[in-house]
Amino acid sequence: MLALALCAVMSIVTTLGIVIVLLSEAVPFFTEVSVWKFVSGKDWSPLFSPQSFGSLPLLSATAFIGAMAMAVAFPIGLLTAIYLSEYAPEGLRAVVKPVLEVLAGIPTVVFGFFAVYFISPNIIKTLFSTDATYNAITAACAMGVMLIPMVVSLSDDAMRAVPSALREGAHALGANRFQVAVRVVVPAALSGIVAAGLLAMARAVGETMIVTIAAGNAANLSGNPFEAMQTMTAFIIDVVRGDTARGTIEYQSAFAVGLWLFVFTLAINLLAQALLAKFREVYE
Amino acid sequence: MIVGVPFRGLPTPQKKQIRKATDHGFVGLGMLATAFGVFAVGVLLFDVATDGVGVLNWDFLNSFPSRTAEEAGVKPALLGTLWVMAFTALFAVPVGIGAAIYLEEFAGKNLFTKIIEININNLAGVPSVVYGLLGLALFYYWFNLGPSIVTGALTLGLLILPIIIVAAREGLRSVPPSIREAAIALGSTKWQAVRFQVLPVAMPTVLTGVILALARAIGETAPLIVIGAFTSVFFVPTSPTDAFTVLPIQIYSWISRPLAGFQENAAAGMIVLLVVLLSMSSVAVALRHMLAKRRMW
Repeated sequence: MLALALCAVMSIVTTLGIVIVLLSEAVPFFTEVSVWKFVSGKDWSPLFSPQSFGSLPLLSATAFIGAMAMAVAFPIGLLTAIYLSEYAPEGLRAVVKPVLEVLAGIPTVVFGFFAVYFISPNIIKTLFSTDATYNAITAACAMGVMLIPMVVSLSDDAMRAVPSALREGAHALGANRFQVAVRVVVPAALSGIVAAGLLAMARAVGETMIVTIAAGNAANLSGNPFEAMQTMTAFIIDVVRGDTARGTIEYQSAFAVGLWLFVFTLAINLLAQALLAKFREVYE
Repeated sequence: MIVGVPFRGLPTPQKKQIRKATDHGFVGLGMLATAFGVFAVGVLLFDVATDGVGVLNWDFLNSFPSRTAEEAGVKPALLGTLWVMAFTALFAVPVGIGAAIYLEEFAGKNLFTKIIEININNLAGVPSVVYGLLGLALFYYWFNLGPSIVTGALTLGLLILPIIIVAAREGLRSVPPSIREAAIALGSTKWQAVRFQVLPVAMPTVLTGVILALARAIGETAPLIVIGAFTSVFFVPTSPTDAFTVLPIQIYSWISRPLAGFQENAAAGMIVLLVVLLSMSSVAVALRHMLAKRRMW
């Protein structure tokens, strides 16, 4: 019994471990670099002298690439989910769902490869006149494709949880399928669908390999999708790849960025969990 | 209270037509979106397959990494993946199932279990690269394990622990309470009921979840780069304290080398990785199928 309880406590130990580890390296970092400079500085070059620790370029790249990826994944994922849940015959559903599960199971390093060797040369360079292989939009497109199955499965779950009595009632009043789907089912499942979007966004913020491989790895405060960028996650990889010694400010900066990343994803996740709890209260 | 809705007359033929058109248009849009996802899977797999299939042969599986693309292979990476997975499972599976049994069978509904539940949900959303930082500071430096297989396995073990707990709990929950009650009525203790009645019945579902969690761990790259596994390894690991590399990291290091030939190596490595993952998920699907057939009530 006690052993079993200890297993359960392990999850709390993990969380505490993450917080303690991040803080223990980030606190010395913030005694050297003021929090305000870190949060609002526009120049990020910790690996070259003169060093500068303004994390705004990393933050903007993370938000920008995440938003572009969501602009691909959310509409496509939601439309797919509406189609699968409200229109598609069972047979088609039984085929499409496993295919999307395959997509969900593909490691992100494969998406990185797909971005650099397929999306960039065949789609981005043909559609837009640009020569750069590594840029924000390439990474965002691959990330968008990666997120589709997540958006589909979570919002499909939400819409299937809407009681069929609501649909039948609307049909009885003369609504057609489109009206039932868009005016009844989607509003009824809205908190679940928003939670799906938030969870996908948190996943996009935390995604590492696609941006490390395809986004160009150069800290860059810009809104131009055809430029190279470095996200928070890609920076962490950049630091640890370079044999940075423990105790140096470069090493600590990875943990400071990690702490930032942890706080962001935690906030998004908590919001999504709260929405889901509210949603379940209504229908279960 | 009944709200009166003014009767605005029957819809005109034009209105009916518009409604029909929006419905059809929307179906088309939905089909298009669905087709896009399926098409993307196809293009991705086709692209990887055509790039890599020319390089894939026995020598590729049985060679060490090399400066020249033609001689390079995945042997240490493939074996490294197997080593890390074995130790990840050794650590994460008992702890995950233990936690699930405790939460599902023994713990009451109180503040403590509620906190654990919220915590597990949030842990599942922590970016994998942050787990890497945890492993680097905790296992690599504090426990002084270095960039070893144990460090990698413990890091990945913590990463998939919440997934295993959630899956195992689902498996336990699917066993009807009557099974437990019958065992207890016949004089077994609560632990005996769980150990000899509930767990065997729940096992296939639990194992399905475990396999899928391990498949997730096999594809993870970022946390292992953070704990220092990003190196070319020219030997096969023989003990858990050895340095190692895994398939996704080998693939990444080939992708990041823009010389001719390495792109094909990366693609071939991905085919190996995807075959490993696909065979794991087929086992999971087969287990699920077996379970459906063997249901005893």
